[in-house]
Amino acid sequence: MAADEPVPAGADPWLALARHTPARIALGRVGASLPSAEVLRFGLAHAQARDAVHRALDLAACAGALAAATGLPAQVVQSQAPDRATYLRRPDLGRRLAPAHAATLAMASPPPDLAVIVADGLSALAVEAHALPLLVRLRRALADLHWAPLVVAGQGRVALGDEIGERLGARLALILIGERPGLSSPDSLGAYLTYAPRPGRSDAERNCVSNIRPAGLDYPRAAHTLAWLVREALQRRVTGVALKDESALRLLDGAAAAPDAEAD
Amino acid sequence: MAYQQTIGVRRYGFPDLRTLLARASPERSGDQLAGLAAASAEERMAARLALADVPLARFLDEALIPYERDAVTRLIVDGHDRAAFAPVAALTVGAFRDWLLLPSTDSACLAALAPGLTPEMVAAVSKLMRNQDLILVARKCRVVTAFRTTLGLPGRLAVRLQPNHPNDDERGILASTLDGLLYGAGDAVIGVNPASDSVATQVRLLERLDALRTRFDIPMQSCVLAHVTGTLEAIRLGAPVDLVFQSIAGTEAANASFGVTLALLDEAHAAARALGRGTVGDNLMYFETGQGSALSADAHHGVDQQTCEARAYAVARRYRPLLVNTVVGFIGPEYLYDGKQIVRAGLEDHCCGKLLGVPMGCDICYTNHAEADQDDMDVLLTLLGAAGVNFIMGVPGADDVMLNYQSTSFHDALYLRELLGLKRAPEFEAWLARMGITDADGHLAAPAAQARLAGRLAQVLG
Repeated sequence: MAADEPVPAGADPWLALARHTPARIALGRVGASLPSAEVLRFGLAHAQARDAVHRALDLAACAGALAAATGLPAQVVQSQAPDRATYLRRPDLGRRLAPAHAATLAMASPPPDLAVIVADGLSALAVEAHALPLLVRLRRALADLHWAPLVVAGQGRVALGDEIGERLGARLALILIGERPGLSSPDSLGAYLTYAPRPGRSDAERNCVSNIRPAGLDYPRAAHTLAWLVREALQRRVTGVALKDESALRLLDGAAAAPDAEAD
Repeated sequence: MAYQQTIGVRRYGFPDLRTLLARASPERSGDQLAGLAAASAEERMAARLALADVPLARFLDEALIPYERDAVTRLIVDGHDRAAFAPVAALTVGAFRDWLLLPSTDSACLAALAPGLTPEMVAAVSKLMRNQDLILVARKCRVVTAFRTTLGLPGRLAVRLQPNHPNDDERGILASTLDGLLYGAGDAVIGVNPASDSVATQVRLLERLDALRTRFDIPMQSCVLAHVTGTLEAIRLGAPVDLVFQSIAGTEAANASFGVTLALLDEAHAAARALGRGTVGDNLMYFETGQGSALSADAHHGVDQQTCEARAYAVARRYRPLLVNTVVGFIGPEYLYDGKQIVRAGLEDHCCGKLLGVPMGCDICYTNHAEADQDDMDVLLTLLGAAGVNFIMGVPGADDVMLNYQSTSFHDALYLRELLGLKRAPEFEAWLARMGITDADGHLAAPAAQARLAGRLAQVLG
């Protein structure tokens, strides 16, 4: 066979190496190009990731389901980003509450230990699929704490949890948010924990648990990690770099995430 | 107003050079986010008309970010070569664009000019250039560097092999590396972005990649793209460090947000040079940049993102780097909204870097929340191939499973070679032929031959 003759599609003879990595290796080639099957497989993955970014979260349905599953009241709010197009261009608006919604959040007394915020972020799919099973486990693991009402936020970024947590008077804010979809993970949920939440907190003042989904960091491990972080944060009165440095949690498989992948 | 332009009955004023440059910049979501962009299409053209009349020499008198406040400005001003600048010293920005496009302005002429140009001058002229101008001028620039391979030679294109793995698994990384080598990629560098920031991981990966190199006598350089402080520590631990990687930006404050200073880069550069590991050259710094990083760090001083990016190349050229890579679409749609903006930014960065004498490559890429897809990447890939880009990325199947974004693939590099007849780095090309991975013409070998090769190479997974 001449060197420039096309090999049959999918015929790279080192396919056995593919068991070592989720990367797209040994794809085969037609001349210099990808075989049709891989072009289509890639196209489908990208289509799913795109749909995940633009899919709207049904906020009321989400709040209803979470309330029923946890026994906590749940309310719906919106960020200052009125739509997805604005949300993508103006991250600053996704970090602040729409004024009309800000007024509906009341300071609780005594101050709650924990406010949980669920936001669409960059993947409504992730929230629809994983927020409820994770939250049920977390509620069970932290049943002794004083919880604020749940808040479900539309067009939200990570830092939106700071303003919500402050308005609720909570010691800790935990936001569960859809991460930027990867090609092989359109439904990845992220969790960010901030002590003494208030607008202006930096990313260095939060702890992040990333890639929460059955194929990544599964619910039991994610809930275990988050519950540990919540208790440590309440006890040490800090989150972020200071807490992270003293924990071994980052070493958990899948817990080390690329910071760029988050919907901050 | 220092700079003015009248169009019909409307008069546009721009208080300073910094504002003029920002208003003249092609539409870009990052400049809009920063509140620096022109308010209308006409204002943008008014700014360009005014900019065209500004003498190049004006840029030596009006710093965009004050000399006293910014180490990058000091680097630019103190390092300016007035003798090299002389041939264009009398030109305006508009006349400079015309001059760059003259056939008599050739590679030698542009290489001699580079030390006389400042980032602000090249950013300014790029704002008056169409995409075809950016391609044609960049193609005339020649920036050749070398370590164990020689990069940037005419008619050649190199590939950074990017074998990332979500957990830094050694076998996974080697599997992707072999995939790339068997596709004839890796002549720019085999460079891993580690998921972990531990120095132990960095050292472990460097040792595995160096073992691969020595076992098969590959003319290649490897790199783990960790923070420069980690690489310094790895050098102290005796790890086989070929290249020093660091992300850099165009202002002192943005670099501070990356945890780097010029003094730290000086230290790392000296430490790696002392190892003397290069064979055909001693360029050993690998920098990555990208429009929007200064704004993202709230460290842009009111300077538009494309000009900030060009200033990063002033930092880069201080170290005679082997590779400078603009990671053009990684940052997201709030800085580069769609395929059109990404394509334009990639061409600008490449041309500005080359004019400044920097060995530019490009990570032609996008994220899933940007309005872009593989078709846009094909456009930028083809245009940068035509523009003579030094290197591109090679990610298995274009899907980086660690960083979660899409770049260019080993196949994409083969496409570009096929389309434009681009060869690999000469040392690497000879090795591929010697191994039988390619034939004498650089085409990949037939599957039967590749099966034997793959079996042999896979022994390193051991």
